[in-house]
Amino acid sequence: MAYSEKVLDHYENPRNVGVLEDDDSVGTGMVGAPACGDVMKLQIKVSDAGIIEDAKFKTYGCGSAIASSSLVTEWVKGKSLDEAAEIKNTHIAEELALPPVKIHCSVLAEDAIAAAIDNYRSKKQ
Amino acid sequence: MSDIKLPIYLDYSATTPIDPRVAAKMSEYLTIEGNFGNPASRSHEFGWVAEEAVDLARQQVADLVNADPREIIWTSGATEADNLAIKGAAHFYKKKGNHIITMKTEHKAVLDTCRQLEREGFEVTYLDPEENGLLDLEKLKAATTDQTIMISVMHVNNEIGVIQDIEAIGEFARERGIIFHVDAAQSTGKVEIDLERLKVDLMSFSAHKTYGPKGIGALYVRRKPRVRLEAQMHGGGHERGMRSGTLATHQIVGMGEAFRIAQEEMATENERIRMLRDRLYNGLNDMEEVYVNGDIEHRIAGNLNISFNFVEGESLIMALRDLAVSSGSACTSASLEPSYVLRALGRNDELAHSSIRFTIGRFTTAEEIDYAVVLVRAAVEKLRDLSPLWDMYKDGIDLNSVEWVAH
Repeated sequence: MAYSEKVLDHYENPRNVGVLEDDDSVGTGMVGAPACGDVMKLQIKVSDAGIIEDAKFKTYGCGSAIASSSLVTEWVKGKSLDEAAEIKNTHIAEELALPPVKIHCSVLAEDAIAAAIDNYRSKKQ
Repeated sequence: MSDIKLPIYLDYSATTPIDPRVAAKMSEYLTIEGNFGNPASRSHEFGWVAEEAVDLARQQVADLVNADPREIIWTSGATEADNLAIKGAAHFYKKKGNHIITMKTEHKAVLDTCRQLEREGFEVTYLDPEENGLLDLEKLKAATTDQTIMISVMHVNNEIGVIQDIEAIGEFARERGIIFHVDAAQSTGKVEIDLERLKVDLMSFSAHKTYGPKGIGALYVRRKPRVRLEAQMHGGGHERGMRSGTLATHQIVGMGEAFRIAQEEMATENERIRMLRDRLYNGLNDMEEVYVNGDIEHRIAGNLNISFNFVEGESLIMALRDLAVSSGSACTSASLEPSYVLRALGRNDELAHSSIRFTIGRFTTAEEIDYAVVLVRAAVEKLRDLSPLWDMYKDGIDLNSVEWVAH
């Protein structure tokens, strides 16, 4: 299978790999399942002003799944939670030129953002 | 390491390059300067020479498996040989019974042929292997009924390389008067085959897994006791009516030469390949959470099928672009399909997804193996650093206890 240059770039040099120290300012989303072949863990660190200051990911999955989550960590940084929630799988798929069989990777990345935001908000309640 | 040519070919169970000695022989049977005649032409020299070449090749194939050359039927490959054997015998013996037994880990050429026979009204039992990939003879015996007319079990598995005990299965089948077919596409030149001793009635062969050309294979059809087949390909009555079609002399000559070389060099070659396989295995075995798929003892020398837990197979293959290996999961479809062979062994989805098949052959070098070890270790390490599952494992979390948000 041929990968786009952007997928290869994120796969070779993934951005923001890692784990954030868990506290009230951090939201963690984990989506997917090992049996399906991909699991994404996305973490966001949110400032008092409600801006995402930092993001980290870890992904078990194919190259497109790794690239999707790496890209998302770049995109959410500096955004408010509402702005981050606006990122849709179609944006991700378009940016990475994902083929149809890999669209589910971008869907998973969108789900991961939503899960991380939910987790952060539930801590704040 | 600088003189290593990339990518490194470690997929000898998919196909082998043609041995240069084989290619040289084949090229003598193509052009006007060579022996291009139709072996079925009885009226002139061109035909006679071609027929002689086919006869010699038939003898060479028969010699490798200790059979009579009259028991060798040329086909287009092992897939056609499997089809001819299973459909041909099922159709011929259908008055005796309608039950066939095979295994879940067989090649698709056998499984799909059996599915077709089911559509025609036959009943097929697909036996599970043990965890090591081998067949439990007692389970075979228990599955046999008075309607059973055929057992089909492969000699060497294409994915995990395990060698089935076809001697014991043959003894049982003969005792019960059941036709025994063996797909031996992966075993010629790797495991000794003595058809005078083995009670096998039908055996499928392929040339291109044994340094011969693609597009040619053969079916062994036992003469004593005689096994009958209904032809699947009709025409000029070639191959004693069992398989019509003009014989592809150059392909046949290639298969003969490849099998001759296999017989001559098998013992020393196997030793060398086993050494390389062990070198690869020892280079990877000390990593954490690494599992060999299939029995390590009853296994051909050149196969190492290994799972790297918590690493996804497709990303691993992507990281190993300099190695031509095959993965246990087919990643071309949206739903990842883990290997049905590994699933049949009882491997869970994650381990099946993370498996890589290395197959080593005639032209593999120690330098290539050492290079592969370095690449694989680095790739697995990198992907585990990226893997949330690896972190969870390291934190002592049982992944089976997690409620996953499936999608």
